[in-house]
Amino acid sequence: MTAGPRAVLRHGFDRLERILDRAFGPDWNPLAQLGPLGWFLFWIVAVTGIYLFIFFDTGVTDAYASVTWLSADHWWHAGVARSLHRYASDLMVVVMFTHLIREWAMDRYRGRRWFSWITGVPVIWFVYLSGITGYWLVWDDLAQYVALTSTELLDSLGIFAEPIARNFLAPELLSSRFFTLMVFLHIAIPLLLLLLMWIHIQRITSARTRPPRVLGAITLGALVVGSVAMPAPLGRAADLATVPTRVDLDWFLLSLYPVIESLPAGAIWAGVAGFTVLLAGLPWLPPRREGAAAAVFLDHCNGCARCVADCPYAAITLVPRSDGLPFAHEVEVNAARCVACGICMGACPSSTPFRRSGELITGIDLPDRPLAALRADAIAASGALAGAGRVLTLACAHGAAGAAPGRIILPCVAMAPPSLVDFIISRGLADGVAVAGCAERDCFNRLGVAWTRARFARERDPYLRARVPRERVLTVWAGPSERPRLEAELSAFAGRLATLPAYENLRPLGDDEAAATPTREGGAR
Amino acid sequence: MTGPRASWLGRLPQIALGGVLILALVLGVATLSARPAWQSLAPGIALVRLSLTHSGARNCRDRTADELAKLPKNMRSPQVCERRRAPVRVEMDVDGHSVLAADLPPSGLAGSGPSRIYHRIELPAGSYRLDLRLSDDPATQGFEYVAAFDVDLHPAESLAVDFDAASGGFFLH
Repeated sequence: MTAGPRAVLRHGFDRLERILDRAFGPDWNPLAQLGPLGWFLFWIVAVTGIYLFIFFDTGVTDAYASVTWLSADHWWHAGVARSLHRYASDLMVVVMFTHLIREWAMDRYRGRRWFSWITGVPVIWFVYLSGITGYWLVWDDLAQYVALTSTELLDSLGIFAEPIARNFLAPELLSSRFFTLMVFLHIAIPLLLLLLMWIHIQRITSARTRPPRVLGAITLGALVVGSVAMPAPLGRAADLATVPTRVDLDWFLLSLYPVIESLPAGAIWAGVAGFTVLLAGLPWLPPRREGAAAAVFLDHCNGCARCVADCPYAAITLVPRSDGLPFAHEVEVNAARCVACGICMGACPSSTPFRRSGELITGIDLPDRPLAALRADAIAASGALAGAGRVLTLACAHGAAGAAPGRIILPCVAMAPPSLVDFIISRGLADGVAVAGCAERDCFNRLGVAWTRARFARERDPYLRARVPRERVLTVWAGPSERPRLEAELSAFAGRLATLPAYENLRPLGDDEAAATPTREGGAR
Repeated sequence: MTGPRASWLGRLPQIALGGVLILALVLGVATLSARPAWQSLAPGIALVRLSLTHSGARNCRDRTADELAKLPKNMRSPQVCERRRAPVRVEMDVDGHSVLAADLPPSGLAGSGPSRIYHRIELPAGSYRLDLRLSDDPATQGFEYVAAFDVDLHPAESLAVDFDAASGGFFLH
């Protein structure tokens, strides 16, 4: 990992997440569930909003009266729903920006993953617009402040036939129809937000839109308790004959308002445009260098679709066979979506390093790090191992492992087919294999940890063969700040291996296998 | 006991600790959701807002008899006007001091729409004399509409000055 603000931030996140791992458990760690939590909070806001709409009146005086009624007289259901509506919206802002900063820190926004980043930018503004239009409806002094400041800013664009702020000059100028319009906007904008959120997850497979049930229940429970303990405040009724001087501002959704008051409107619009353009342009400032997209070798592909199922980025699709071989389908790689993580290669049943006849080619391979080179790397890495308890480590480039003798760094550990582990042990290249992946809570390539676990547990094709002695295989999930733990676990593993009797099913490396040469970049380090 | 229920029952300490942490976050969010209060306008200040929408005059001339004769009978309007309207001149003084003097251009791509203004003036609470002047035709000397108001502004009061030519010009809401 390169040094710099990103590396510092990433280590910071990793350390914080390790603490939360201990508190919640890796599978319920909220920092690894920010996207699903954002969706969950959206639905809380949507459901409570629908409930509040039952009691809400859209009139100049009726609006405030209805909110007062539901907040005071019916606090125990409608009032709690209003507080939930507000606090879930605020928490959504927190989750959204933490998600944004974390994805930047994890470097998961550039290269061929740009789409998810770009489509997230308008989500930010639609969250704000949804919140602002919501505050307007309450029609208390905060709503009046928001209405005045917003319309004055909008009027500075000069695109409206008559200044919208004129609606708020005096009480008699404001009509109930204006509230009907605002209700419409407060429904339409969140619906558009939902559409944008759906687009946001289109270029990933198995998108997580629901947090783990227990985490969801904890979050909802905490929001309910918080809503009862600290009901959302309601200001005085709006009075257009006065001007709000001191308002209880929501610093999550309305934090821009003091800035709007302090700067010229032109600077605000320029800032909004500049921020949006800069944020949208980040994936290219600078772009990420990625390996060439996975390539399909039809002679070795029977269209089994395991790579289609395992690809985390929806980059592989099944299409009708084109080469006349007696299979219904073949796979096709969308190079614009492929991040060259290699998970597809690890999923391919043809990816077996045991093949001795002819060149080692698999059904779907990485041009920059083919299976043949991976096998050669393993053979070369074994040369650096000596003594009892030799451990060959297949390590994730985004985890804790650094370069070391007997260690092969991969873009994702799920790139290594389970048969490679079998090959290393059965050929005597090492006494055991350690797979050192990303932190358990969150894989850099989304699904690499899950697929590796499932393959080793014989729950997902391709299985790790039953003949592979499990005491000779170690999996360690460790984030970038956990190098000492990783090294300690590797050392302990080596110690355990040293006490084991010699592996009885050893078959020496064939000359044709040994003749292969390692890649320059992927060679043993 | 086995299955998912058993799995979370065995993690009650994590649920409790996680619940406490998220509750702390929610309470922090609830606090920042309304505090600290924002002082939008300093104490003792009142707000005067001048807002008007008014169309400037068009440059028109009478059609000649020949021109009228060439037109179909249903289109014989006696005058022909430029599409673009004249800017509207607005001036406002507070206690004799000018706080606004602007030529408001007509709106619209062709300049055929009304001139508009929305202007905020923050004043300490107290008594003031507001003098307002408006001219919508550059061909006319002086101002067609003139008004003066003596106002007593209270802290946080919002006074709106509006304009309606049909009812005589400036008025207060």
